[in-house]
Amino acid sequence: MTICMPAPDQAVLARREQIVAALRAIVPGEGVISDPPSLKAYETDALTAYRQPPMVAVLPTTVEQVAAVLSWCRREGVKVVPRGAGTSLSGGSLPLADSVLLCMARFNRILAVDYENRTAVVQPGVTNLAVTRAVEAAGFYYAPDPSSQIACSIGGNVAENSGGVHCLKYGLTTNNVIGLEIVTIDGEVLRLGGGHLDPAGLDLVGLMVGSEGLLAVVTEVTVRILPKPQTARALLIGFPTVEQGGQCVADVIAAGVIPSGMEMMDRPAIAAAEAFVNVGYPLDVDALLIVELDGPGAECDHLVEAVQAIALRNGAVSCRASTNETERLSFWAGRKAAFPAMGRIAPDFYCMDGTIPRRRLPEVLTRMTALSKVHGLAVANVFHAGDGNLHPLILYDANAPGELDRAEAFGSDILRLCVEVGGVLTGEHGVGIEKRDLMPVMFTQTDLAHQQRVKCAFDPELLLNPGKVFPTLHRCAELGRTHVHGGQMRFPELPRF
Amino acid sequence: MKPETTDDVIDAIFDAARAGETLEIRGGGSKVLIGAPHEAAILDMTSFGAVIDYDPPELVLTAGAGTPLSTIEALLDAEGQHLAFEPFDHGPIFGQAVGAATIGGVVAAGVSGSRRLSAGGARDHLLGFEAVSGRGERFVAGAKVVKNVTGYDLPKLAAGSWGRLFAMTEVTLKVLPKGRERTTLALDGLTPKAAQAALARVLAAPTDIQAAAVLPGARSSLTAIRLEGFGPSIAARVEMVRALWSDLGAPMALSGADADALWNDLKTLAPLDDGRPLWRINTPPSGGPMVVEALAPHGARWLFDWAGGLTWLTFDGDPALVRAAAGAAGGHAVLVRADERLRAATPFLHPLPSGVARLEARIRAAFDPSGVFETGRFLDTRHAD
Ligand SMILES: Cc1cc2nc3c(=O)[nH]c(=O)nc-3n(C[C@H](O)[C@H](O)[C@H](O)COP(=O)(O)OP(=O)(O)OC[C@H]3O[C@@H](n4cnc5c(N)ncnc54)[C@H](O)[C@@H]3O)c2cc1C
Repeated sequence: MTICMPAPDQAVLARREQIVAALRAIVPGEGVISDPPSLKAYETDALTAYRQPPMVAVLPTTVEQVAAVLSWCRREGVKVVPRGAGTSLSGGSLPLADSVLLCMARFNRILAVDYENRTAVVQPGVTNLAVTRAVEAAGFYYAPDPSSQIACSIGGNVAENSGGVHCLKYGLTTNNVIGLEIVTIDGEVLRLGGGHLDPAGLDLVGLMVGSEGLLAVVTEVTVRILPKPQTARALLIGFPTVEQGGQCVADVIAAGVIPSGMEMMDRPAIAAAEAFVNVGYPLDVDALLIVELDGPGAECDHLVEAVQAIALRNGAVSCRASTNETERLSFWAGRKAAFPAMGRIAPDFYCMDGTIPRRRLPEVLTRMTALSKVHGLAVANVFHAGDGNLHPLILYDANAPGELDRAEAFGSDILRLCVEVGGVLTGEHGVGIEKRDLMPVMFTQTDLAHQQRVKCAFDPELLLNPGKVFPTLHRCAELGRTHVHGGQMRFPELPRF
Repeated sequence: MKPETTDDVIDAIFDAARAGETLEIRGGGSKVLIGAPHEAAILDMTSFGAVIDYDPPELVLTAGAGTPLSTIEALLDAEGQHLAFEPFDHGPIFGQAVGAATIGGVVAAGVSGSRRLSAGGARDHLLGFEAVSGRGERFVAGAKVVKNVTGYDLPKLAAGSWGRLFAMTEVTLKVLPKGRERTTLALDGLTPKAAQAALARVLAAPTDIQAAAVLPGARSSLTAIRLEGFGPSIAARVEMVRALWSDLGAPMALSGADADALWNDLKTLAPLDDGRPLWRINTPPSGGPMVVEALAPHGARWLFDWAGGLTWLTFDGDPALVRAAAGAAGGHAVLVRADERLRAATPFLHPLPSGVARLEARIRAAFDPSGVFETGRFLDTRHAD
């Protein structure tokens, strides 16, 4: 519990009754929640070590209500935390004690599907999987598929730029969203992008995606939908060493193959998953690779053979290719159950999310094993091998004194290691509160100031989702100050903000 | 001005700001004739002209922003890889040789070629960059790995920033394996609407089409798709397309020089080289025929790329007609080539709704508070707030 949130504004807390009344005037009926037992349901997201009920929660149903809530909060200087389904793993939707929690769950309609142009217009509270469900009868699907897809919302996906096991081939959220309607903290409703591919001006859709609820509230999303591939086949390949598995991944890509999914698990993860689902994962290997290929049947067959040959050349000791859907799904079952499987071998686990250049994998895993000894906690690795996105799962017991702190320290060390080898703090889960204080490991103060000034262009009073992403909350006026060049203040007369 | 180092870029920006001058960031100069005529000192970035790091299996390439596109393409080609968004080289449109464009210019203009339909645009492939902002400060954003969500996605802002936010010194791009084989299928004689519908039909099936275009001509009007990949895959997809198009006649298969010539026309726009103003209109695919229906009766000539989502059009009538047609079709129109008089009177980028324009102005001011990069090329009021 080492992450501190901004201290609540006592003056705002003292006005709670008035704030609740004002919100009730905007959102009638059950759309405003203010009783403490009900608010407890919103006290955390999927980073459950951190809990804080909001001052009040609002569940609007119309854009006008969202605009009115935001402009009221802006005028009154009240903080707002947007929330989708609350599955953020980085604490992105953690409320603040003096905040209005703006919950977008009731924006749950699919507004239009346009098969001719292959797009769908959906409200942000629609779940990721519901988009695919709405278009699958016509042979389409929505490609980004985070493991949380039955629960997480499209608005949350946009805010986090979420990925999934298929994003090596089909992209993250940002590559599949072409239009947004947003409401700024001033209550202004803006439409960005639309049904066309390139923006008319700056790519503000691209900027909004991944902005973690700090820039504006998303009220409508236009996504691209794709025709479902005819077939998919998977390979389950075991390697005696991580090096061999890593080399196989590199060779597959060097052979010009971009699999639709390429996942790796290390020995502890394999053991836990197999014990949980019993699907026949080999237990005598250090690295297990699942490679999925999709396309017309002839293409899958051709590529399965090609990947098999590469795997054997790299010393694979087991290599199975799926021959039907049941078998393909069984290969995935263990990987998909990796999280619950951890729940069986340890009371709690902490899921990390760094990305590294793939060639550094063996070294990173070796050093992680050493760190595991230092911190006295076990770690298992699942890994989006194609794009270098690591998910180390740190096993701990929250009830054992000090273990949570140790897990957090271990996690921070892993992320520092990712950056040290040329990688990043987060590949798909977002910075949130979790990696906020590590941002200076990857970015200088100047880098961060350039990002924060973008925040100021949207939200000059820093009222939207404060305490997330940036380690220090610089006031916007302060960020506008003149840069000192070569030891001298140059051109103090020039406007800087 | 031709800075050699990042410190030189910083000095140039400070000096320009002090003198009250503006700076036009220039790479290969392939786009200098786009936008309103203006006076600005040139910040020539071609000294940042080397590839810095390229590791094919990592799918990542880092290069100086002034590196010629042709250098990068040759390097990637030797490894069987490419920039999948098919960077668009404006040179030929303005009668210049192919290959002068720099990677920084391509990225800053955010322009992509035919494969943008399936592979995404420049925006989707820019992973990170290093730049000097209008504040005269060096900063980095994004990263050098293919998957990253740390901090705001400023690379998205860089792609299509047209040199108005910062001077990029280094860019990191995602690269991908090239399809091992390619084939082109084309139907002849369809109307714009029927052509777009034929393309929509095959794109709604798992045919995995890389590019889709319509090239009307005096003798024939071709509706073409390009399939790339491994041989067995292409064979299966060709069969799928033939079946889906069976009521439209048997498509001809083009390969080699014939196919190259067809797709090259969408790069050089040679079929539209009639000396008239050239527009690039971005709409949903079904909007392409709407634009053509509105403007062809007034003498417009056109081509579709991106299955109708990109209309290239020459037209010497009122620019307001083009902008209205693009807007009505759910998109926007960029004035790419025009004489000085028209460029002085017509903003080359489609005017934005006022709220979005104000937000953009605030974002520009965040990177460039004193307006060093506001050269007058854009004809919009800078401090809309
Ligand atoms: C078991 C499990 C598996 C997961 N697997 C994956 C995975 O495979 N890949 C992956 O990328 N992630 C994964 N996640 C993380 C998480 O599901 C995603 O980040 C998801 O996008 C969050 O969506 P949400 O609706 O729950 O958002 P929330 O948690 O409610 O919010 C997330 C962020 O979005 C903001 N936000 C939400 N809605 C809006 C809006 N309408 N406008 C503006 N801002 C908004 C919030 O302020 C917050 O900052 C997983 C999580 C769990 C618990």
